[in-house]
Amino acid sequence: MRWVKQTYNWLESRLQLEGPVKDAVLHPVPRNTASWWYVFGSAAFTLLILQIVTGILLALVYVPSAGEAWNSLNMLNHQLPLGWFLRAMHGWGSNFMVAIVLIHMAQVFMFGSYKYPRELTWILGVFLLLMTLGMAFTGQVLRFDQDSYWGLGIGASIVSRVPFIGRSLVHLLLGGPIIAGATLTRFFALHVFIIPGALLLFACAHVWMVLKLGINEWPMPGRAVRRSTYIAEYNKLTHEDGIPFFPGAFWKDLYFSGAIIAAVVVCAAVFGPYGPSGQPDPTIIRTVPKPDFFFLWIYALLAYLPPSLETPFLLIAPVLAIAGLVALPFMAGEGEKSWHRRPIAVLTLVTVAVIWGVFTNLATYTPWSPKMNAWSSDTVPERYLHGLTPVERRGAIVFQAMQCRNCHSIGGQGGERGPALDSVATRLTEDQLIRQVIQGGGNMPAYGKNLSPSQVTALVSFLDTLHPHNQPEAVDSAERAVTTIPAETGAKSSTKVKASASPQASAAPAGN
Amino acid sequence: MTDTVHEESKTPQDDRKEVSRRWLLLKAGALFNAVVGIAIATPVVRYLLDPVRRKSFYNSWISLGPLNQFPAGETRLATYVNPYRQPWDGTTDDTACWVRHISGSSFQVFAINCAHLGCPVRWFPQSELFMCPCHGGVYYADGERASGPPERGLFQYQYKVVNDELHIYAGQMPTLANSARLRVLNNTGNKGCSSCAG
Repeated sequence: MRWVKQTYNWLESRLQLEGPVKDAVLHPVPRNTASWWYVFGSAAFTLLILQIVTGILLALVYVPSAGEAWNSLNMLNHQLPLGWFLRAMHGWGSNFMVAIVLIHMAQVFMFGSYKYPRELTWILGVFLLLMTLGMAFTGQVLRFDQDSYWGLGIGASIVSRVPFIGRSLVHLLLGGPIIAGATLTRFFALHVFIIPGALLLFACAHVWMVLKLGINEWPMPGRAVRRSTYIAEYNKLTHEDGIPFFPGAFWKDLYFSGAIIAAVVVCAAVFGPYGPSGQPDPTIIRTVPKPDFFFLWIYALLAYLPPSLETPFLLIAPVLAIAGLVALPFMAGEGEKSWHRRPIAVLTLVTVAVIWGVFTNLATYTPWSPKMNAWSSDTVPERYLHGLTPVERRGAIVFQAMQCRNCHSIGGQGGERGPALDSVATRLTEDQLIRQVIQGGGNMPAYGKNLSPSQVTALVSFLDTLHPHNQPEAVDSAERAVTTIPAETGAKSSTKVKASASPQASAAPAGN
Repeated sequence: MTDTVHEESKTPQDDRKEVSRRWLLLKAGALFNAVVGIAIATPVVRYLLDPVRRKSFYNSWISLGPLNQFPAGETRLATYVNPYRQPWDGTTDDTACWVRHISGSSFQVFAINCAHLGCPVRWFPQSELFMCPCHGGVYYADGERASGPPERGLFQYQYKVVNDELHIYAGQMPTLANSARLRVLNNTGNKGCSSCAG
């Protein structure tokens, strides 16, 4: 084995890497940082390497042409042996990478790692997160299918809201006037060269600083960071209660990274690749575009923002959020690191996590969107049709045919944009129903122009039957007064006084 | 075996106060490289900004086909090939729009893209509404906003009738930034469309 040593010596005398590598590997770290909480950064880096490797392998086959990309992905999925698996690895690797980067960020935030002297490490980390999200979005674009196409449309529409230069920015983003070949090639360049190049460079600088400044010690309540004393305190800690990074802390990184890669492999094998969905043909409009998992929260947010707030929010909130994250280590560069003494930090993280979770969950079933096929695919439950008069039955047909069902569910089926109508008659009187149908309001279109008076009568008479047997219909309080007087005087009449205004009469002013 | 490639060497230090020849040359060299850098950057910036063109560059009049495809009183989907295109665009050049034939030579041509965030709106002839699958924007038959998050009515293309064919002025993805150029003022023949006409 002498030749191995000789070769090593020959290489080492030229490369001279032994010294720096030994320094890096054997540098002392505080004993209590050899924890399972400290494994996310290395796992994120491992996933980055996985993404680069699988990405290069996919680039051997993928054709970044608007005319061919979709076909080449289908070829990868269906014809190339295990092409589907590589796509699945890359897709799931992307999901895992975003998740691990977010967890890593939450962890270093909770541990106060961004404080002096690791401010720049945190700032680079913020940009690494942004670039990871950038990779996730551009990756979704390269999966050039219908979701990708309309996702780009949403991106362009957001960019178009920038004052003065919006139009130019849209052209720059799309590489021309429409989403087409030039759009895909520039997103290919972003996804394959520009962002990964920067990502790798930033990640290396990030790791370099972790090595040079030392890994953040386990936060202890009462041990506050002060600029004047921190470096000395940290050096004392690592020398008095430190262990060499390798293998003391490294073995946990090794196991966790291995487990994460194994999880990616299992997910890829079990769940398979993402799409591509339908081909990116903008004339196919029977599509319900949806972003990938980590952008669902934005999708939900855009549905719930009031229209007047949307543009300011879209343009200002991201700037403020990034500025806030960058400013954090300068605003709170000293002081307590322990979460036991940082209630606002804990509350902030919990609030952000809950908001993110709620919006993401909402976006999985999009209650704000009309269900485009509900009117033709969901039937009116039979029990709602028993004993109805012909007019009321006609109303049920109007209800289906006029797409009311796309926004209103009955019997648990239909859209969720508007309220479920199973017990609408207990909430609205006949007059109120007529008014609501004709004039709309509260996020419902006015149907005054689109329904004939007889259709309105039929529809409302059907809606008026929608109440549980044990609950009476809603009655106008004035009507109740009218109807209760005879009751008090002993008269048997309990019939409801019908609305004085006929639908025909109220249709005229509403039709404007 | 001794195989020493590197050897410690000592570089003589310059006197900082003295303007030496090598420092002057270095500064001149840096300046020279800066000039070369600008000379390279200028065409690169021009190259990158190529897609940013004036409004008239991308748009042109395109035929949507003979008028008899669009029966009066109905709203139909029409498609055209975007006038500005590349051979490798595939199907992405094909563009759809909604044509509403009001009566006679009076039309409205709506962009397929929702005025909210550009998703494809679908026409429901029964309820005479356009609905967007993304965030639930709804529009009336005349393109006016009915409900949901859009701030305005559907984008409209200018149109004209030439030789019994319907032509529209199109070429860009309609967005809020270029929508003003897509609006038709006093040309829709429909007074109900006040908000979408500006």
